[in-house]
Amino acid sequence: MAQKNYTGISVEVNEEGYFLDSTVWTKEMAVEIAKELELELTDLHFEVLNYLRTRFNAGEALTIRGVGKSGVIDIKGFYGLFPGAPMKKAAKIAGIPKPASCI
Amino acid sequence: MKKILILGAGTGGTIMANKLRKSLERTEWEITIIDFEKTHYYQPGFLFIPFGMYTKKDVIKPKMDFIPVGVNTVFAEIDSIAAEENSVKMKNGDIYKYDYLIIATGTRIVPEETPGMLGELWQKKIFDFYTIDGAIALADFFKTWKGGDLVLNIADMPIKCPVAPLEFVMFADAFFSERGMRDKVNIHYVTPMSGAFTKPRASKILGNLLEEKNINIIPDFYLERVDNENQKIVSYDEREVPFDCLITIPVHKGSEVISRSGLGDDMDFVPTDKFSLRSHKHENIFVIGDASNIPTSKAGSVVHFSADVLFENIHCAIENRPFTASFDGHSNCYIETGHGKGALIDFNYDTEPLPGHFPFPGIGPFGLLKETRMNHYGKLIFRWIYWHILLKGKEMPINSKMDLAGKKLA
Repeated sequence: MAQKNYTGISVEVNEEGYFLDSTVWTKEMAVEIAKELELELTDLHFEVLNYLRTRFNAGEALTIRGVGKSGVIDIKGFYGLFPGAPMKKAAKIAGIPKPASCI
Repeated sequence: MKKILILGAGTGGTIMANKLRKSLERTEWEITIIDFEKTHYYQPGFLFIPFGMYTKKDVIKPKMDFIPVGVNTVFAEIDSIAAEENSVKMKNGDIYKYDYLIIATGTRIVPEETPGMLGELWQKKIFDFYTIDGAIALADFFKTWKGGDLVLNIADMPIKCPVAPLEFVMFADAFFSERGMRDKVNIHYVTPMSGAFTKPRASKILGNLLEEKNINIIPDFYLERVDNENQKIVSYDEREVPFDCLITIPVHKGSEVISRSGLGDDMDFVPTDKFSLRSHKHENIFVIGDASNIPTSKAGSVVHFSADVLFENIHCAIENRPFTASFDGHSNCYIETGHGKGALIDFNYDTEPLPGHFPFPGIGPFGLLKETRMNHYGKLIFRWIYWHILLKGKEMPINSKMDLAGKKLA
């Protein structure tokens, strides 16, 4: 397993860069991870990240369609915030594992 | 008299009815199974229909042939489950009470989730092969098709049998080659995943196989809508793929019964403990097969392996013991690769598909993650096994737990 340094703190991540322990995540770290993905986070980004973390902590499966039905944002908007691969990017920035919705 | 109620007489429900009727005393336990449809479909056979290899009669049998004596069978539509009252309400007003409920209501395709899917081109140039009607309509279409862009698109995950779309495009490659018109057909595999399959090593090997067969993979494509007028599919990030014939694997959801009962997640799958197979919410409700939200393939092999676990745990529940069986997510899929060959994958929650031999280490006869003739015969023989052994809950020489022996780990 690899180590990454965010906001001066060493964090354990998997080979793809996803956090192994979601509890060490902070908003400040999110800003730095987003920079690596060339994204500037807005309040709306954080609303989505918080929603994903809440759902993840409740043990629920995360899917793009689920986010679209969340009331936080629609799917088009989700793509707008995290272009290309919104669920993978958002999960990485939110400090949670890559969603296992792809089976 | 205590009561076990099984909703759904598909693969999972039928296997459980057979297993439980054998083990539970008839004087103590009443078992009832409910389904709205009298025909049992061998769903893995749908794939063969568009290419003229199977017809309808090859994939259907009466459900009653597989339900054992001593099980009450009801063919009628379910309205909803009243979990707090331990009862199931039927559309005709009948009510069935239960001590234990097994939900085996499966999954269904919902093409109407995607704008434009059911537009004017539906079943003219847009087809599914996940229903008997769709598969037959496509078989007719292929008989006279002159060629062009053949686009297979997976709208979203999860889907039934995640390898079926791969098999479809490889069959299409062989089918059009044999008809001497492969040069007139461009095959595109358009998927929301990042590659050919969900697990890395299998994705790489299967991806190479598609490349060898000159099948174009378009990954990370998340379908928003179908444009009938211009004959193209459009993703949420505005990418477009034109088609002359679109094969859609539409969005899948759980049964409407689950939705009406308020027992499902966003997609109407029942939240289920992935090890014990019991509902998260209700102690006396168990879920088997595609109806649950457990992170496995939605496939008959998973139903078959998990049936052993569910059987043991229902006995634990009845006898007030802690659960002794735990499902490992075991899944096993034959993959038709065309021209009389096939591949095979075997995996679970923690172990991705690996190369090797199956089921006997070092011997086979089946080869894992490689194309062999034997694997193709395995798939064909499986239909017989399905009707005669699997549905009846009889023993098979394959462990329900995945075995690492015979697999190459590195």
